[in-house]
Amino acid sequence: MDAILLQLLNGLDKGSAYALIALGLTLIFGTLGVVNFAHGALFMIGAFCAVTLSKIFTLSHKASEPSGVDFLGKPKYEDILYIKDWFGETAGAWMLDWSVPLSILFAVPIMLAIGFVMERGLIKHFYKRPHADQILVTFGLAIVLQEVIKYFYGANPIPTSAPEAFRGSFDFGVMLGFDPNAIIYPYWRLIYFAFSAVIIGGVFAFLQFTTFGMVVRAGMADRETVGLLGINIDKRFTIMFGIAAAVAGLAGVMYAPINSPNYHMGMDFLVLSFVVVVVGGMGSLPGAVLAGFLLGILESFASMNEVKNILPGIDQIIIYVVAILILLTRPRGLMGRKGVMEE
Amino acid sequence: MSFSNLTRRSVIKTGAAAGAGLALPTYLSAAAHSGFTNAPTGDTVTLGFNVPQSGPYADEGADELRAFELAVEHLNGQGDGGMLNTFSSKALEGNGIMGKKVQFVTGDTQTKSDAARASAQSMIQKDGAIMISGGSSSGVAVAVQGLCQEAGVIFMAGLTHSNDTTGKDKKANGFRHFFNAYMSAAALAPVLKNLYGDDRKVYSLTADYTWGWTQQESIQAATEAMGWETINDVRTPLAATDFSSYIAPVLNSGADVLVLNHYGGNMVNSLTNAVQFGLREKQVNGKNFEIVVPLYSELMARGAGENITGIVGSQNWDWKLENQMGDRYKAPNAFVQSFRETYGFPPTQAAQTCYAQTLLYADAVARAGSFNPCAVGEALAGFEFDGLGNGPTLYRADDHQCFKDVVVVRGKENPENEFDLVEIVEVTPADQVTYAPDHPMFAGGELGDCNPGA
Repeated sequence: MDAILLQLLNGLDKGSAYALIALGLTLIFGTLGVVNFAHGALFMIGAFCAVTLSKIFTLSHKASEPSGVDFLGKPKYEDILYIKDWFGETAGAWMLDWSVPLSILFAVPIMLAIGFVMERGLIKHFYKRPHADQILVTFGLAIVLQEVIKYFYGANPIPTSAPEAFRGSFDFGVMLGFDPNAIIYPYWRLIYFAFSAVIIGGVFAFLQFTTFGMVVRAGMADRETVGLLGINIDKRFTIMFGIAAAVAGLAGVMYAPINSPNYHMGMDFLVLSFVVVVVGGMGSLPGAVLAGFLLGILESFASMNEVKNILPGIDQIIIYVVAILILLTRPRGLMGRKGVMEE
Repeated sequence: MSFSNLTRRSVIKTGAAAGAGLALPTYLSAAAHSGFTNAPTGDTVTLGFNVPQSGPYADEGADELRAFELAVEHLNGQGDGGMLNTFSSKALEGNGIMGKKVQFVTGDTQTKSDAARASAQSMIQKDGAIMISGGSSSGVAVAVQGLCQEAGVIFMAGLTHSNDTTGKDKKANGFRHFFNAYMSAAALAPVLKNLYGDDRKVYSLTADYTWGWTQQESIQAATEAMGWETINDVRTPLAATDFSSYIAPVLNSGADVLVLNHYGGNMVNSLTNAVQFGLREKQVNGKNFEIVVPLYSELMARGAGENITGIVGSQNWDWKLENQMGDRYKAPNAFVQSFRETYGFPPTQAAQTCYAQTLLYADAVARAGSFNPCAVGEALAGFEFDGLGNGPTLYRADDHQCFKDVVVVRGKENPENEFDLVEIVEVTPADQVTYAPDHPMFAGGELGDCNPGA
């Protein structure tokens, strides 16, 4: 029982990353009709926003006096952080420790700007082109973005720490009456799950309860009619592209302490996220979220030794097996709308 | 009449055989060379350095390439000479190899066997490379070693740690300076016993490919021989990026040690995940929970950051060896100084093995007095040397594996910089990590005959 609860918790956590990326993908597909293969790269850029801020906070200058000698006998000078110079020892140390949460403030404008530039500069030219062209151009863009990151940051993963207060793990087992260590889970992963829930809730609330959101939803349902009413729906859809980029970026920022960011991390998530979108139903926001969590949980259960002993290798294929089964029984996915990608 | 035997089927068979013969790559046909493949005819000789220049190991490949360039510089008599000054063999004079200036071409393995074979083949066929070296993966090393054997050139392996490279997949034209999974396990076992006692229960996660399997087999055998018990080994997909679902059940399994048979990005992520789950702060069976990473690399340590603190593993070499372990290791500082003067930071173990392999090849040619791969192979097989950074070393004739001391390291508590992440715990002498050529973990293959390409 404790093992099942543990994997359920883990599945929700894994699923929250899938759901966040798939939500952004669906927002773009639902509004602009573009299959955006560069979405994983936006997730990766978000993670590198956290890396960048952390690097900015660790910019330093050498002390004027040597503190010893290095292994070759040359004078060794201590590094002094600029943020400690500028903000004082305590505030500087706090900023460094909290660099990942602070990166959210740093990442939002950057990701919005990247989203706007991507949409206006490149993707808008492909609205009326076949989906194959859209996939090619966005996939090419993803490769360009990851090579740019690799050029500046190298191919090696870059460790990015969570704040000291959120390192370590929480013992759920004791709280639920199990033995100690039966169900432990890292604090930061719990925060990631909660953060995802807030972002997903925020996006839904924005679309559901604001006039802007109402117009966007109307545009998603019938773009031409909304245009005939004199509403500049293209402008709103561009903004939605920026918001989708920001959602992917924030998912990346908060993911940075979970696994050290590297230039390839977007590609690792991209295929899975597309499976999530297809299983959820192309263009369905609730479907993307539901499928994200569902596949995350299934993937976690498939990794259990008890399951792997019966079905070796199932952890590597479970998501695709489930996708095939769902598409065979529900060709539009779990919550797909009629008419989407069916013309 | 003899024509009566000529059937349609025999014509097709003969035609197919003749066609296949004509289609053979030019390097496999005797007419393509005089005596051996790519025999140097002018006043230069070309070496081929096949390293990952793209993909997840590109940083390791870049460091290998730096070391190769430095080695070529030193062979040609430029720079400070590096470990040419400390190498026990004095056959090299700083005038290239046998008076021929050394030049090199590079290939990108992409850490994919097919791509690595294609780039090696291109360097042999188009650029006339007489020796191929480099690489950051055992899968790639085995594939390129096989190609070099067919092509009739020497393969001086780069970073490859699977037992199979000089075990079941060994080849007469292939030589490995880097240590292997068996040696890691043999070096680590006594240190682990000293640190954590002889009554431990192990849970291991193993990357599901050739290197992972041999590493797991080796560490399990070595730790069980000293009294530890392996209670579970879980194979993880090579493409996995998040190991939380594999780590989550560990603490409740009854194990008090987690062994991560992972390398590269796998290791960075699995170790980070294990530390996140708080394993290192827990007590199980009345003992502190411990994590072991049998194969360390400096770049992996950099990727895992502070998570490596206190984690024990093994390395082929460390740039601090001479400073910390004294006179037995005379050469490292000559190489580190030269490398640091040129590039501004100390070299990785991948760089050191590539540098040493280049010098060893050049020296073997000089001692043999010929570039013929069979003569070079004879000069390398059974060669005992010192002064290349690892202490006294033997290139064993039976399997073309180098036998030398193994460095056991631990993640440093307070590293001074990003190049000083591990501390040397102990250096295990070569005789403790030496095994019989017919050891079961290395069985199943034959060196075969050297192929000069003729």
